[in-house]
Amino acid sequence: MYRYDEFDERFVRERVAQFRDQVGRRLSGSLTEDEFKPLRLKNGVYLQLHAYMLRIAVPYGTLSSKQMRQLALIGERYDRGYGHFTTRTNLQFNWPKLRDIPDILDLLADVEMHAIQTSGNCIRNVTADHFAGVAQDEVEDPRPTAELIRQWSSLHPEFDYLPRKFKIAVTGAEHDRAVIKAHDIGLRILRHPDTHEIGYEVIVGGGLGRTPMIGKVVREFLPKADLLAYLEAIMRVYNLEGRRDNKYKARVKILVHEIGTEEFSRRVEEEFARLDGPSVNADPAEVARIAAYFAPPAYETLPATSGAFEAARAGNPDFARWVETNLTPHRQPGYAALTISLKPIGAPPGDATSEQMRVVADLADEFSLSEIRVTHAQNLVLPHVKLSDLFAVWQRLGEAELATANAGLITDIIACPGLDYCALATARSIPIAQALAQRFADPARQKEIGVLNIKISGCINACGHHHVGHIGILGLEKRGIESYQITLGGDATENAAIGEILGPGLAAEDVPDAIERIVSVYLAQRQAGESFIDNVRRIGLAPFKAAFQDTNREVSHAVA
Amino acid sequence: MAAAKRPALPVILLANDLLDGDVVFAAGDANGLHWSRDPGAALVGGDDATADRLDAFAAAELGNQQVVDAYLVDVAVEDGVPVPRHYRERMKTTGPSIRRDLGKQAELPLAQAFLRA
Ligand code: HEM
Ligand code: SF4
Repeated sequence: MYRYDEFDERFVRERVAQFRDQVGRRLSGSLTEDEFKPLRLKNGVYLQLHAYMLRIAVPYGTLSSKQMRQLALIGERYDRGYGHFTTRTNLQFNWPKLRDIPDILDLLADVEMHAIQTSGNCIRNVTADHFAGVAQDEVEDPRPTAELIRQWSSLHPEFDYLPRKFKIAVTGAEHDRAVIKAHDIGLRILRHPDTHEIGYEVIVGGGLGRTPMIGKVVREFLPKADLLAYLEAIMRVYNLEGRRDNKYKARVKILVHEIGTEEFSRRVEEEFARLDGPSVNADPAEVARIAAYFAPPAYETLPATSGAFEAARAGNPDFARWVETNLTPHRQPGYAALTISLKPIGAPPGDATSEQMRVVADLADEFSLSEIRVTHAQNLVLPHVKLSDLFAVWQRLGEAELATANAGLITDIIACPGLDYCALATARSIPIAQALAQRFADPARQKEIGVLNIKISGCINACGHHHVGHIGILGLEKRGIESYQITLGGDATENAAIGEILGPGLAAEDVPDAIERIVSVYLAQRQAGESFIDNVRRIGLAPFKAAFQDTNREVSHAVA
Repeated sequence: MAAAKRPALPVILLANDLLDGDVVFAAGDANGLHWSRDPGAALVGGDDATADRLDAFAAAELGNQQVVDAYLVDVAVEDGVPVPRHYRERMKTTGPSIRRDLGKQAELPLAQAFLRA
């Protein structure tokens, strides 16, 4: 894992001291709320409905067991004993008091964490594939790239006051697990087809929110060494031309859309050519220094299979089912990456109690080389578990209600906090997730349905990724009550797509029936081995729309 | 943030406490106003004069570094208790609907009256 150097350490400590002073000045009245708000946002402090909220960065989703224990402590000492893992792989605490936040930030700094770049119009915390360094389909670990971008962007004076927030995601694998096409910039590490040199495919202009867009490829192959100069060129074009007059049009996706991908690329290439590459690009020694932190850990040499594991699997159907859904093959023989579902049936997606965080930290120490990952699907991962240890880990997870066998299935639902917490929400999202999980709880049925992503947002901002859900649910307000709009056919992978609206909004209590109908169409129409999303692609929206409209006719209280 | 467009009467004034973020309600009588954590204690402004007083209190208290995000909310008075008409503000006076053990609903028996709505 990356370790802070003296510079990182000083920078984070200074920011805590500054914020402590800013809070003091706010309380004494020398800063007004209008002056203070941008300062608190720079440190991840929001005001929600019931309380402040602190958003803590988990850079590229990698956490050490020590960091996880510190989060557990903060949750217990300063919050209500739980936290919420988000689609941006951050952690949010929902109840901190402003007076305590400087102390919380100090506790975070003790374990090399902070809440910088989690808010405001800056380059946000960079996200990456949660199976980085582990996945079998990986060309190169994306985290050194993400860390390099973090260092480059953290203090970059040119990009401290952008037209709008800016999100970058990186994957080093063929299969996109980081939703890179829904980010302002998505980077895919790949090998050049002819030279086999490693470089980046650069995708710009993706984003969700009120104007969802899939990112466009602006450079098919960028040599690795040129990364920062090229990113700087993109940021300059955006900074200069991005609209500051209207915040709904200020994201880079709007600029790319308005001037076209070709023209955007042309301007970036022009700026790139003008820049003094060597002075902007990272020093190769620094790149190597960063990369060394992400070198593969000290694995044991193990056989590719484990007798104990196979026996446990054969003897215990529940364990076998969990293995089937929550295990990801590891590139190192004899190991697996396992997904810890934060979606027990009926619980708020992504929430973990302090006790659960400690269980995960202990298991990471004992069985996963002290490493943990946070996924954009609001789950956790133990990335390096020996096959022979899996049964023991599963049993311990089960004791903490962390062994739900549903990764990737219909009850592994993404949901933003929605109106239960969020001041911007137009409707609740968590109760919809809970009702759906309960409706589809039966394990046999979940298995029959297979991979199906439901994603729910409580307003048009789309923090719950609803646009790229196979089934997306957006909570709105219609005539004074909560109303839910269903979309179909979204995709968050390399085949990224924005879902299409199926019909008029529904009342909360009608959502499970509507989803049931959609699923029934799939089950009736699928071909052997065809997944839900493949089925939607093949047969199109019409049959689903028809079924959906039947639901709509039947329910008396549909809110048109 | 004194309300530019005043909501329909009757109204209550709510805000978040600056220091700890908790939702607070303007309470009191003709002799003076103060903040209460209890929504049941909120002073109901049934006429323009009281709503004006609540507005003025909001402006003063924002300036005094006591609260943030203060605004008037239209309510229906049910069994003597002011219940916000909009579900968003009702959520604010109770706490998260998915965690009945947290927020005002858990701390203040009176706030439970709001759960009926
Ligand atoms: C206080 C709570 C939050 C506020 C005020 C907030 C605000 C916003 C806003 C205004 C947007 C729209 C940006 C745009 O269209 O330009 C947005 C987008 C987004 N937010 Fe949040 N959000 C909150 C919580 C969350 C949470 C909990 C998550 C993760 C679960 C999250 C992740 C995202 C993502 C993934 C997007 C869409 C991607 C994009 O930027 O285009 N946000 N948020
Ligand atoms: S989508 Fe809307 S309701 Fe959900 S967290 Fe984002 S801003 Fe809040």
